[in-house]
Amino acid sequence: MSQELFVQSLISGLTQGSVYALIGLGFTIIYSVTAIINFAQGEFVMLGGMLFYVLAISLGMPLVPAVLISIAAAALVGAMLYLLAIRPARGGSVVSLIIITIGAAILIRGIAGWRWGAYPVAPPFFSGDDSISFLGASIHPQALWIVGSTVVVAVLLHLFLSHTMLGKALKACATNRLGAGLVGINPRSMALISFCLAGALGALGGVVLSPLSTMTYDRGAMLGLKGFVAASVGGFRSIMATVAGGIMLGVVENLTVAVNWGPFTSQYKEAIALTILLLILLIRSGKLSEQERAA
Amino acid sequence: MVLRAKDRWPYLFTAGLILIIILIPFHWFLGVKISLFTLVGISTMITLGLCLLMGYTGQVSLGQAAFYGIGAYVSAILSATYDVNPWLAMAIAATITGAFAYFIGYPIFRLRGNYLAMATLGLGIIIWILFKELDQYTGGPDGIGGIPNLSIGGFSFDTSMKRYYLVWFFCLAILLASQNIVGSRVGRALRAIHGGEAAAQATGINTAQFKVKIFVLSAVYASLAGSLYAHVVRQVSPGSFDFLESVVIVTMAVIGGLASIWGAIFGASTILILKNELLVGLGEIETILYGLILVLVMIFMPKGLFVSLKELYEAWRLRYARRGDKP
Repeated sequence: MSQELFVQSLISGLTQGSVYALIGLGFTIIYSVTAIINFAQGEFVMLGGMLFYVLAISLGMPLVPAVLISIAAAALVGAMLYLLAIRPARGGSVVSLIIITIGAAILIRGIAGWRWGAYPVAPPFFSGDDSISFLGASIHPQALWIVGSTVVVAVLLHLFLSHTMLGKALKACATNRLGAGLVGINPRSMALISFCLAGALGALGGVVLSPLSTMTYDRGAMLGLKGFVAASVGGFRSIMATVAGGIMLGVVENLTVAVNWGPFTSQYKEAIALTILLLILLIRSGKLSEQERAA
Repeated sequence: MVLRAKDRWPYLFTAGLILIIILIPFHWFLGVKISLFTLVGISTMITLGLCLLMGYTGQVSLGQAAFYGIGAYVSAILSATYDVNPWLAMAIAATITGAFAYFIGYPIFRLRGNYLAMATLGLGIIIWILFKELDQYTGGPDGIGGIPNLSIGGFSFDTSMKRYYLVWFFCLAILLASQNIVGSRVGRALRAIHGGEAAAQATGINTAQFKVKIFVLSAVYASLAGSLYAHVVRQVSPGSFDFLESVVIVTMAVIGGLASIWGAIFGASTILILKNELLVGLGEIETILYGLILVLVMIFMPKGLFVSLKELYEAWRLRYARRGDKP
C-alpha cells in the first residue's frame, strides 16, 4: 500500500467514521435513557439527507435554514416515533419493541421512497468543491465539515450532559430510572428528549454526509447498523467511546478495502463492517447480556 | 375413542383446512391464482420456523431470508449448474443450512434480545452481499435461471397445479411435525424458556441447547422453502432474499401470532394476497403498510393478530356459554 493510499484511506475512514459516530450517539442516548435499541436510527440519517436535498435544491432555500429545518424535522420525527409507537407499547417485551422500531424504520423508509423516489440525491456542498491536498492525499472541504461538526457536537453533548440541569436529569435517568423518578425527574419526558436528540444527531449525520456521498431512501438500514457498531464499542454508555468506535470502524473499513486483495475489496466493504459488528457482539456478549438483564 | 366437543374442534379445524388447501387449485372453488397460493405455502414454511423461534424462545431473528436464500441458491447452483439430482440438492441445501445455523447458533445465542436481533440482521445482510458479489457461482445481481423441475421417476412437477400440491405436501408435513414438536416434551421446555430462562434452567432444561435446536429447525424450514422456491419459480436472484424480505417474514409471523402453528398460514396468505392482489403497482405503499402492520399489531396485540383474534373469539364464546348455562 502506497503512502498516499494509506493517508487517503485514513482520511476517508475518519470522515465516514465521524458520521457513524453521530449515528452511534443517537443509539447511545436512547439506550442509556430508555434501554431501547432504536432500529429506526439509520432512517433519521436518511431523512436528514433527503430533507436537506428537498429544502436546499427543490425549494431553493439558503444553506443554514435548510440544514436547521432538516435537523429539526428529524427531531420531530423522533418525538413522534416515541409518542405514537414506543409509549403506547410501554411495558412491552424486548421483542415487541424491536419489532415496533423495525416497523417504524420501514414505515419511514417506505414513505421516503414513495414520496421522493429511488434515485440518489446530492444536496449542495457547504463550502465549495475544491479539494485541499495533504501529504499527497486530497481532502474535500465537506469532509472537514463532517469531522468538524462531529467533534463540536460530541463536545457540546458532553457539556450538555454534565453541566446543565436537563442533561443531568437525562444522566440520572440513565443511571437509575426508578431513582430518577423518585427525585422528581419524569422518565417519560426524558425518554421523549432522548428520541428528539437521537433524531437530530442522526439527521445531522445525514445532512453533512449526503453532499459528499449522495443519499437514497434505502440507505438507512446499513448506516444504522454501522452506527450501532460504533455505539456497541462504547457499550451504549459513553459518548467518547462511541465517537472512538465510529472512527475506528470507518478507518478499519477503509483500510481493509485499500488492501484490495481476496475478500478485502470494495465490493465487500459492507460485509466487512458487518463482520466487525458480529465480532464485537460476540466478544462483548457476556457484558452486553448482563446489561440487557439489568435493564 | 369418543372425543368431547371441546377436543374435537382442533381435528375438525385441521381437516377443514386441509380440504380447503386441496380445493384451492380448482377454479370453481374460490377462483384464486394457483401460483399465488403456491407461494403462500412456501412462505408459510419460513414463517412457521420464525413463529417457533419467536413464540417459543422469545427471541427474534431478523435474518431468516438468509437461510431461505441459502436453500434456494444451493438448490439452484447444484441442480442447474452441476446437474445434481434436485432432491439430492434439496437435501444437501437443508444439511448445509442446518449445519451453518448450528455452528453460528452457539456463539450467537449467547446474545439475547436487542443484540441477538442486531446480530441476525447483520448476518442476513452479509449473506445477501455474498449472493450479490460471488458472481462466478451465484450469477451476481442477475441470479441463476434454468433451474430444472422436480420429478419423481418419470413424473415431473411441470404444471402449476402439480407444483402447488408438491409445495403444500411439504408445508402440511412441516406444520404437522411442528404441532407434534410443540405438544411434546421439547415444546414444554421451549415454553418454559419463554416463561423465564432462569427458572427453566433451574428445572434442568439446557436452555442454550434448546434455543440453538429451534434456531436450526427454523433454518432448515427456511432452507426447504428456499429449495422449493427455486424449483417452482425456476430462477433465483438476490432481490428475493434481502433485508426487506426478512422484515416481510417477521411481518407474516407477527400477523400469524408468535406462538401459533396454524397462524403461519394466516400470516403468509394475508401478506401475499395484499402484495400480489391488492397493492400491485403501488410500489412503496407496500413497505409503508408492512411498517404500519408491525407497529400497530405489536402495540395493540403483542401476541400477534391471529392469536389475539382467536382469544377474542374464545372470550366471546365463554361469555355466550355462561349466559346459556343460566337457569
